[in-house]
Amino acid sequence: MTVLPYLVAGWIFLIGVYGLVTSRDLIHAVGCLAVTQSSTYVLLLAVGYRHGGTAPVFADTPTDSRVVDPVVQALALTDIVVGATVTALLLALVVQLRKRHGTVDPDALSELKG
Amino acid sequence: MDSARLLPLVVAVPLLGAAVLVAAGRRLPRLVSDLLGCAFAAATAVAALLVLVRAGHAGPGAYPVEWVGGWRPVGGSGVGIVLVGDPLGAGLAALVSLLVVAVLIYSWRYFEEPPRRHTGSFPALILVFQAGMCGFALTGDLFNAFVFFELMGVAAYALTGFRVEEPKPLQGALAFGVVNSLGGYATLLGITLLYARTGELGFAQIGRRLDAGGPDGLVLAAFVLVTTGLLVKAAAVPFHFWLPDAHAVAPTPVCMLLSGVMVELGVYGVARVYWTVFAGPGGLGHPAFTRALLVLGVLTALLGAAMCWQQRHLKRLLAFSTVAHTGLFLIGVAVLTPEGVSGTALYVLGHAGVKAALFACVGVLLDRYATVDEHELFGRARELPVVGALFAVGGLALCGLPPFGSGLGKAVAEEAAGHTAGWLPALYVLVSAVTGGAVLRAGLRIFAGAGRRPRDQEGEPETTGEEEPETGRRLGRIPVPLVAVPAALLAASLAVGAVPAVASAMGRAGALFTDTGGYRRTVLDARAAAAPALPPPHWQPTGIVLGLLSTALAIALATLAVRRPARDGTAALLAPVRRLQSGHIGDYVAWLVAGTALLTVLTVPGIR
Repeated sequence: MTVLPYLVAGWIFLIGVYGLVTSRDLIHAVGCLAVTQSSTYVLLLAVGYRHGGTAPVFADTPTDSRVVDPVVQALALTDIVVGATVTALLLALVVQLRKRHGTVDPDALSELKG
Repeated sequence: MDSARLLPLVVAVPLLGAAVLVAAGRRLPRLVSDLLGCAFAAATAVAALLVLVRAGHAGPGAYPVEWVGGWRPVGGSGVGIVLVGDPLGAGLAALVSLLVVAVLIYSWRYFEEPPRRHTGSFPALILVFQAGMCGFALTGDLFNAFVFFELMGVAAYALTGFRVEEPKPLQGALAFGVVNSLGGYATLLGITLLYARTGELGFAQIGRRLDAGGPDGLVLAAFVLVTTGLLVKAAAVPFHFWLPDAHAVAPTPVCMLLSGVMVELGVYGVARVYWTVFAGPGGLGHPAFTRALLVLGVLTALLGAAMCWQQRHLKRLLAFSTVAHTGLFLIGVAVLTPEGVSGTALYVLGHAGVKAALFACVGVLLDRYATVDEHELFGRARELPVVGALFAVGGLALCGLPPFGSGLGKAVAEEAAGHTAGWLPALYVLVSAVTGGAVLRAGLRIFAGAGRRPRDQEGEPETTGEEEPETGRRLGRIPVPLVAVPAALLAASLAVGAVPAVASAMGRAGALFTDTGGYRRTVLDARAAAAPALPPPHWQPTGIVLGLLSTALAIALATLAVRRPARDGTAALLAPVRRLQSGHIGDYVAWLVAGTALLTVLTVPGIR
């Protein structure tokens, strides 16, 4: 077992959060959120990986062969669906904001203060 | 029918309703789609109540457990998804559904006539939101909880930005969406770590496997990550920044749901995950959990109360009052006793009715005067005595006036908290007096025109209440549902405190909820858990006195504020805190990271 995938997952999460904090463009911010989310895919796949395992499809392999964990793959798929929904909705909000407000710079959105 | 079979219906019926409304909503007239929405929401409420009755009256402590699709665990491990109808979870699902019915009735006459071919969209979104919340309350599976968490999140972002023609709702929805989704992904990372350790996803299974080993860094990291997402939903300081922005701009019926139950579901999630997964010897130690949640809860309560007092935008005022009360709920959970849990559950029940009623009253003001600014509205609503009376009653109930449910919950929770630290009851009294006082102050100015007209101050960060009304034209006459719904909600809140059966049911729910071993036996081994017998929560003299004290304090504060308006001293003192609420998404995310770090520091001593 190697720790590299776990470190990569942590790094992707942090870099996404950094992008969100410093972002000057809402489209970019939503992209950063998607980057943050992709860290969860990496972590899920790293957790389910078995050294020397094949895909968990038993059609043409013996039932006792070594396979990677199918549960995390199902989780990653669900996660992707959830992420696609959230990203699509947020991007739609940004597009609408650009139409109504004329800007996508978070520094210019200051109507909700105090 | 076996009541366990009803559990999937509580999630499926609103989803089905949403699908029907989306498919047929284009052709239906407004009235029919509203009625359909109400019918589906009410059917869900009936199913949830049937489960609740079953959970409350069966033999010793058993409650319905349904393995969806018959995928039962074999030898304590399994891949199936489980729904658990324990009294607290089923009670929350019932509360969600009843509030959704109230909200749908309220919005009959509330919205502008929707554009043709879109009549079904609002009730359909509300039904999706309901399905997410009910599923989150009933699930016994951690990954499923994440999915329902995101489902209710997405529906809530869409509902917050429902009025897409205006820029403010879009900003609020965007901040809400980004911060909550980030919290959700943190939760998913934590879930993955727990799966890596135990190979399980159910609460009960993970808990059992964790207890085979000792607590270590991985368990701590998993706890912090999972809890971060739930605390973001619960709007605990410093994860709370999205809440006032979202509440200030969301349509009023949506605010009723957000403040009434969604935020509380975050608190419920923290409590549920801790008691079922981390409460054993392999999880996080009780003192560490208590310390972490007490610190966050006290900070949340104090900051929420201080910010609440400073607001002139009525929806933001109520939003910060929700933040303050969430702090009190967190404290009730943090003390880790059955009394704390049942007191908090009663408090949540009472609070949901009161807060939704207050938002409903503000909605009437918004639609009649096109503003929710306390200063703008000064004295203008003298012509609405009934709404004013409801608003005042709501403010008094928020202070914990006996015999309202919020008062009983506050009394029980503060007594439980008092056993952990003697000064906590004083905090309960202070926070409920300040938040209730702010509501009463606003009510006195708006509905009675009491005192002098407040001056506007220059140079301070301020959100005033210039809002577009949500009806097509300003309301002339107030339609009946806009007054009947808040009245019914306040009556329900009164009933929670005045009917002893509710309190004793909550006492039993709290006892079952905190019985970690019993939960695991009921879910995994299908063996009835014997509920520990506890005296049911009831009105005690100290509780009544403290409730009256906080009410008196609130009335005094409100009178003082009306008589001697706007001293600059307190405003200047709180200006730095108010500046934190910058409306900038990057700032909110930075605070989220800081909060996660704080949570880690507070819980590190819990591992060996």
